[in-house]
Amino acid sequence: MPKTLYDKLWENHVVHQEEDGTALLYIDRHLVHEVTSPQAFEGLKLAGRKPWRVSSIVSTPDHNTPTDHWDEGIKDPISRLQVETLDANIREFGALAYFPFKDARMGILHVVGPENGATLPGMTVVCGDSHTSTHGAFACLAHGIGTSEVEHVLATQCLVQKKSKTMLVAVEGQLGPGVTAKDVALAIIGTIGTAGGTGYAIEFGGSAIRSLSMEGRMTLCNMAIEGGARMGFVAVDDTTIEYLRDRPFSPKGDIWEQAVAYWRTLHSDAGASFDRTVTLRAEDIRPQVTWGTSPEMVVPVDAVVPDPARENDPVKREGMERALKYMGLQANTPMTSIAIDKVFIGSCTNSRIEDLREAAAVIQGKHIAPNVKLALAVPGSGLVKRQAEAEGLDKIFIAAGFEWREPGCSMCLAMNADRLEPGERCASTSNRNFEGRQGAGGRTHLLSPAMAAAAAIAGHFADVRDLR
Amino acid sequence: MEKFVQLDALVAPLDRNNVDTDAIIPKQFLKSIKRSGFGPNAFDEWRYLDVGEPGQDCSQRPKNPDFVLNQPRYQGAEILLTRANFGCGSSREHAPWALLDYGFKAIIAESFADIFFNNCFKNGILPIVLPAAEIAAILQQVEATPGYRLRVDLPAQTVTRPDGHACTFEVDAFRKECLINGWDDIGLTLRHAEKIKAFEANRRIQQPWLFA
Repeated sequence: MPKTLYDKLWENHVVHQEEDGTALLYIDRHLVHEVTSPQAFEGLKLAGRKPWRVSSIVSTPDHNTPTDHWDEGIKDPISRLQVETLDANIREFGALAYFPFKDARMGILHVVGPENGATLPGMTVVCGDSHTSTHGAFACLAHGIGTSEVEHVLATQCLVQKKSKTMLVAVEGQLGPGVTAKDVALAIIGTIGTAGGTGYAIEFGGSAIRSLSMEGRMTLCNMAIEGGARMGFVAVDDTTIEYLRDRPFSPKGDIWEQAVAYWRTLHSDAGASFDRTVTLRAEDIRPQVTWGTSPEMVVPVDAVVPDPARENDPVKREGMERALKYMGLQANTPMTSIAIDKVFIGSCTNSRIEDLREAAAVIQGKHIAPNVKLALAVPGSGLVKRQAEAEGLDKIFIAAGFEWREPGCSMCLAMNADRLEPGERCASTSNRNFEGRQGAGGRTHLLSPAMAAAAAIAGHFADVRDLR
Repeated sequence: MEKFVQLDALVAPLDRNNVDTDAIIPKQFLKSIKRSGFGPNAFDEWRYLDVGEPGQDCSQRPKNPDFVLNQPRYQGAEILLTRANFGCGSSREHAPWALLDYGFKAIIAESFADIFFNNCFKNGILPIVLPAAEIAAILQQVEATPGYRLRVDLPAQTVTRPDGHACTFEVDAFRKECLINGWDDIGLTLRHAEKIKAFEANRRIQQPWLFA
């Protein structure tokens, strides 16, 4: 019987299965950061347990760390204690790799893992962070877990799981100029809704997905959780294998050849059946911008803010009205007439080298609009930052009026000092536009790096296709 | 973990879809390295008129009179009743910790986000999925009836209204057993330790690149 990629990944990790289908799944890679691990390490210690396999752990602090004035350390004492607690836990128990605050390879875990070759095809990858779905780009079974499960994985190297349903999201055709993986992700969420993927593992397929770079596939899989699916993945192909060649933790020599032979089997077989299939035409996808407080509240940039009066479902209508009030927007306003206060280019969704190149290409030789109070460019890791600087991208950002920062999660969730003030409106390349996400009272509009760059220059949302 | 068997408790309504974990517990409170004490900051941005920071005495903060959970009639509620996709967003287990610390032991919704749903079971909270029409009916009754209570029976898998109408709900058999007994599932998994070791040893041979 033909198998889906999900079937193959699942079967390769089942340690034990009960009659009702509840299984123990073996975990290959455990990513650990400072926010969701302290209570797990504490629980482990209180129970007198030790981590099962410390060489599965890759760790770095990312959520709390500042993105400027690194010489001054972490000023917020509560944040500092959390980062120091991670330092102490890794010191006590060990890890395959730990990139502490200010290390040259520190950064956002979901950027750091792949770029170091610590995320390899066919792995189960977990982390106390919902955006762990990012690693699905490498045909990994990768998803976020809570802190109790972080402790469970530390103690047992396994998770208790039941198989999800499968959904194929196929994007066929060729993406137009100025249309990126982020636009594809937002268009998919706009189609299926933020709960559309609940209970499913999503495989992204189709010719438009196969044409994406690994960076683009990571952006897409990263947003699977915003469509309700804990995990989203893409089959292995030459793009995957070329990306992994010669990364620090990628296998070498004969083992590399052996690994590649296995990785080549990581795709859904012809004729495999999915519980649900959704198909989008790449040519129909235009650059996207969210207008509300849920990622499904999204429209193409050349559209207007939707009108709740046209929504028949009373609960949804009320949700739209509440979102418009929070966002300070009127129905039927053209998206391109909405002025912005701040710009954030960064996050585990869009802080990789390709994202920075796309944004830099738009702002080169231009300057941010006078009404833009702050424009941040926050590379996803120390390695991304150095690469960008080697290409001169930092100079382009700085000349355009952007601040060029140190790596970290930054204003995606505003746990550090980078945040919106109440009422401020931000063009953001991050993944969530929830109320207060980027700071209490802040208003977030999600979009691609190129579109964020276009908004920074125009001072309002602008169609990047008109600027090219 | 506390056991969950039966619960007869006051119901508080949160009549909206897509309540996300950033709303349930905003990020500034995730800096804590403890598991407890999140209750006073549950729904912080909706509940208070000022901006919350860690370490404040929340009893002195101005409360938002328009937020439903601040109404006197819902004080002491242990069942939260809401709509679709509750707990979407971040995987933070601080969300169920905050709800539990606030006093909620059961959450009834049309649907839940997967990670949040899973996290509830790890903390002795029972998340219950009921059909949209049933939720709408109960929401109306709650609105109309101060002191409205529901009876939740996990072994029987029923939610019973004051008018005697009962509806059944689905729950995974393993999770049900863990909740009823208050079991720590790490202990349960470690019963299979030999099997895990054998699986791992075989994996080292079959896929050596995973053990670099």
